[in-house]
Amino acid sequence: MRWVNLKVNRGAGLLLGALPLAGLALAYVIAAAARHAANPADKILPLPGAMAEAMGALLFNADPLSGQLLFWADLLASLQRLGLGLSIATLSALLVGLVLGALPPVRATFGPLVTAIAVIPPIALLPILFIVFGLGETAKVALIVIGIAPYMIRDVAGHITALPREQIAKALTLGASSWQIVLRIALPQALPRLFEALRLSLGPAWVFLIAAEAIAADVGLGYRIFLVRRYLAMDVILPYVAVIALLAMLMDFLLTRASRRLFGWAHLASR
Amino acid sequence: MADAMLSLKNVWVEYGDKVVLERISLDIAEGSFVSIIGPSGAGKSSLLRLILGQEAPSRGEILLDGRPLAAECGPDRGVVFQRYSVFPHMTVLANTMFGLECEKAPLTARLFGRQRRAARERASEMLAAVGLSDSLDLYPAQMSGGMQQRLAIAQALIKQPRLLLLDEPFGALDPGIRADMHVLTTRLWREFGLTVVMVTHDIKEAFSLGTRVLTLDKRRHDPHAPHRYGAGVIYDLSLSRKAEQAAAEAALESPQSAPSITIDTKGNT
Repeated sequence: MRWVNLKVNRGAGLLLGALPLAGLALAYVIAAAARHAANPADKILPLPGAMAEAMGALLFNADPLSGQLLFWADLLASLQRLGLGLSIATLSALLVGLVLGALPPVRATFGPLVTAIAVIPPIALLPILFIVFGLGETAKVALIVIGIAPYMIRDVAGHITALPREQIAKALTLGASSWQIVLRIALPQALPRLFEALRLSLGPAWVFLIAAEAIAADVGLGYRIFLVRRYLAMDVILPYVAVIALLAMLMDFLLTRASRRLFGWAHLASR
Repeated sequence: MADAMLSLKNVWVEYGDKVVLERISLDIAEGSFVSIIGPSGAGKSSLLRLILGQEAPSRGEILLDGRPLAAECGPDRGVVFQRYSVFPHMTVLANTMFGLECEKAPLTARLFGRQRRAARERASEMLAAVGLSDSLDLYPAQMSGGMQQRLAIAQALIKQPRLLLLDEPFGALDPGIRADMHVLTTRLWREFGLTVVMVTHDIKEAFSLGTRVLTLDKRRHDPHAPHRYGAGVIYDLSLSRKAEQAAAEAALESPQSAPSITIDTKGNT
């Protein structure tokens, strides 16, 4: 049978997907063991045991200076910033994207503004945010919002604009007003697209979060990674990166599931 | 014509210096089924968009029941397009109820309680009339093209429009389904006393369904500037005997197999 026709069932798919990950882990352990055979004090590729030990201290032992469990404090701070940023961006994408997409005069007025903001590299705005909002939480959340909201707004607005003209004409012949069209025709069809835009924005959102934390913070996953870098503490950096990757994958998975559960109609065609 | 429901008076459609339709003067009587045929690009769909109110004529005026037509779609005209006529995010029942909800709930566009049950009842009746009783909770993506067009018709008819506009409604359907849809359309036209304007490029369909067939084409052609002359109505055939037959045989379920054709007017300008 030709490769393009080969079907992979669920169990085999999981197994095949796990193979490269397992291969990568194995390659790491072999390389780490080789380095430790040459130099038992090697810090660049720590052995799994060393990583567990370092992380155990962060997970279960309170920091003598602050009295906090550092890993959990970092996780909580980062998730709070990310959650706030994502929520604000999603809500504004829904509201702004909806009116921008559905109402031509609004699109003509504010479309260019959104485009102008979207083309500015958000990191270039970070100094301005720190100057305006100070070094606290606001600037970090604002960076995430400014980083992802314009893309999400444009995506949602574009999707609404691209709804077939026939649908709008049909709604009008059924007696719908502009408000009713926004509420019953545009909004429900924008929601699955919003979920998709949010899912694709998770990656950039993490980038902006880590960048903001690396530059000015006293707690957070990104802050910790950049702090312990000074001591070549790969035994902390690598588990932290793994935690970030796992969280990102979990969010992606949950959003996909939620979209399928909530907007079944949008996934009928792709089945 | 005194009893004309829809009148077009010397209507032109021009985009810049491109003339699409010129000198269209038409009177459409209440209760007629007008088929519009013509070659591609002859402005069939433009004419339908004019009547629908999606576009305004660049010259001339359109009157519905003696009043000038607003250049905006409204609930007095129902429409079924070839595609995208139904809302993909609503079930069959919700699609049909939408027209009623817009009318009775301006703010939320949703009905609750007793009003909702009444709307549901009416929608189910209308869906039964088009043969979709078993599919109330399906989404359009789960249905065939023919079923989607049935839904689009039910959705339009629940508003009891003065005029039903069909834009190549059966163009994407296979022949068997298309024949079923012809029977359905003829039945609904009689039962609800509809006035229908249908654009099609299927000549057989135009004659088997219509009581009047309009042919759009260019009267003149300038080979150096083909865009300077627009299309007009070059044939206006009234299938008068068929209309009488239809009234007499209202109980008959099948569409007429061999309609007799009387040519009333030719080249109406």
